[in-house]
Amino acid sequence: MVLQLEQVSKTYVGHSTAVHAVSDVSIELGAGDFVAVQGPSGCGKSTVLLMAGGLLQPDSGNVLIGGTNPYGLPPDARASFRSISIGFVFQQFHLVPYLNVLENVLSPGLAGTNSPEHVRQRAEHLIEHFRLAHRQDHLPGELSSGERQRTALARALLNSPQLLLADEPTGNLDRENTDAVLGYLKEFAESGGTVLLVTHDDRAVPFAKRTVHLRDGRTTNHMNPGFSAASG
Amino acid sequence: MSVWRLVIREIRHRRLNFLMGLLSVAAAVASVVGAQTLLTADRIITSQLLSTKEAEVEKSVAEKQAAVQQAGKELQDVIRKQMLGLGFNVLILPESQSLSEIHLDGSMSATMPEEYVDRLASSKIVTVNHLLPSVTKRIHWEEHNRDVVIVGTRGEVPIQHRGMKKPLLDEVAAGKIVVGHEIHQQMNLMEGDTVQLRGRDFTVSKLHAERGSVDDVTVWINLAEAQELLGMQNLINAILALECDCSGDRISQIRAEISAILPGTQVVERYSQALTRAESRAKAKSSAQQALKAAEQSGAEQLALERKTRRDLEHRHAGFAGLLVPLIILGSIMTIGLLALVNSRQRSQEIGVLRAIGLSARQLMLIFLLKSATIGILGGLAGVSIGLMVGQSLGSAESDGSTWNELFASGDLPVLILITPLFALVLSGLASWIPAFLAARQDPAVVLQKE
Ligand SMILES: Nc1ncnc2c1ncn2[C@@H]1O[C@H](COP(=O)(O)OP(=O)(O)OP(=O)(O)O)[C@@H](O)[C@H]1O
Ligand SMILES: [Mg+2]
Repeated sequence: MVLQLEQVSKTYVGHSTAVHAVSDVSIELGAGDFVAVQGPSGCGKSTVLLMAGGLLQPDSGNVLIGGTNPYGLPPDARASFRSISIGFVFQQFHLVPYLNVLENVLSPGLAGTNSPEHVRQRAEHLIEHFRLAHRQDHLPGELSSGERQRTALARALLNSPQLLLADEPTGNLDRENTDAVLGYLKEFAESGGTVLLVTHDDRAVPFAKRTVHLRDGRTTNHMNPGFSAASG
Repeated sequence: MSVWRLVIREIRHRRLNFLMGLLSVAAAVASVVGAQTLLTADRIITSQLLSTKEAEVEKSVAEKQAAVQQAGKELQDVIRKQMLGLGFNVLILPESQSLSEIHLDGSMSATMPEEYVDRLASSKIVTVNHLLPSVTKRIHWEEHNRDVVIVGTRGEVPIQHRGMKKPLLDEVAAGKIVVGHEIHQQMNLMEGDTVQLRGRDFTVSKLHAERGSVDDVTVWINLAEAQELLGMQNLINAILALECDCSGDRISQIRAEISAILPGTQVVERYSQALTRAESRAKAKSSAQQALKAAEQSGAEQLALERKTRRDLEHRHAGFAGLLVPLIILGSIMTIGLLALVNSRQRSQEIGVLRAIGLSARQLMLIFLLKSATIGILGGLAGVSIGLMVGQSLGSAESDGSTWNELFASGDLPVLILITPLFALVLSGLASWIPAFLAARQDPAVVLQKE
């Protein structure tokens, strides 16, 4: 398994209230899987994704990425593990505002172990692939939303991770760009990668092999034809 | 892509933040270095001014000292001459010479051969040191219709068994005349005038000041000329003998010695008129001494005043610096801290992203610290330069100023120049370390969930 979530739960404790954002969610993804977690706003999608990405420790349950529990690693080892194993794509793109397209794509290289030459070749390949060559010297502020998200995708794939985690990557895109981005994710899964996409958008469903519905932090059984989902 | 590149990009992106950081560091460093430069320049200029002043005072005191010495020497000369008239000076006269004539008429009519003086000089006499032969006659000066005493003198005759001493009485050269006070007053004479005496022309070589004695009505001419004028060839009236071992009662010994060599002579103790001259010289010396004392005193006062002025200035500067420097440093620390805080707030999103894509907390800290190091170093250098310039120009506003060499030679400034930027580095490092630490520790999940 590339990614296993076993009965993970997360409660945000505020000043006076506690929000049970995610309760007992279990999902398994193998190589080539493309799973869409779908649900309304506030149902806990981002929380699931952050826990899966080693960025947010669940209160209970286990997360295994390629068999490794990232929360069992010391912080710096976890960061470097994350940079090698996982690519992230966010709705807000989260590009570094003062780095140009090429530099943004190269930035995960700071954490990786590959040679600068290899990293550079890989970045140029990705920029070419995501049709950004003519924009590579531009700052994010000078790009269209689609170009920004394609830059974020290229950056996510720089260290050739096995797992790609996407949080509402099409939330700020028009229909055309949405289809393009979802197409890239599908392409990544078809080439052997693993994609976990969380979105409220129905349009992602046809691109995914499998959809998990999330309501109030809990998964509800729903299977795309031909796929089975483990549920808790 | 290196971390350094990322730092440079960020600095360029947020220029204002960077420039303000730079400015506050530069201000803090400049205030410290500037103050120190100013105070050092003050010290250097003070010592320059004081040593110039000291040299001036020394010169003026030395001049006065030379004057005192000169006056002292003149006095000594006079005192030596005065010995002519002091207690043990004796007048050797022919036995027949009446003292009444000398005292009543100022004249001497008895004579002895001039050869006597040579006899005395070549004898083994030990009690007298100097021998002065002379003729002395009261005459009527027909050309000017008045009475004068005429003295012919040939200066000192060296005593042969001793070395030549400095002549005590000035010999009057041939053709010259020295004139006593009353005479030259009455005749209205000036040095260089020509007067006639018994048909001969004499040039006035010297006018004596008032002595209140027979000297005031005396003229002095060369002995040989006097002998000719008075028809006294090879004759003299008196020999003035000067004793120098003048202790105890030796007059009888002198008398015995002289009468043994020159029979038919009498020895008379003689008194002097040179005292007034010595007094005036003593007065001159004491007034020179007073001038010296005044010069020393006013020099000391001037120096003290200069010292006080400089000390006041240095105190003012030090007080000013002592107030301003901590204020500027405090302001700078606060500004730098605030900037770092704002910067880390601004950057929380990108820090979350960099964390998410795998940068370690250490790498993130490095990014912050590199930036603050850049600010610290550049700001430190700028501050040192500005501080040196401002401090030096302020410090040299009122004089030729101190050279850089002198400034740097004076100890603490070079140390300060090394230490202050280091301090700036630590300061900006510390100021950004805390926010950087917080930012790096921040849960990336929280950041990434934000819009
Ligand atoms: N840091 C937090 N502290 C407290 N509550 C939080 C925090 N993050 C999320 N929540 C709450 O947890 C619940 C799940 O939030 P989450 O962001 O996972 O929802 P989501 O499904 O991603 O929503 P959206 O579609 O709007 O992004 C929400 O009710 C939210 O208010
Ligand atoms: Mg969300």
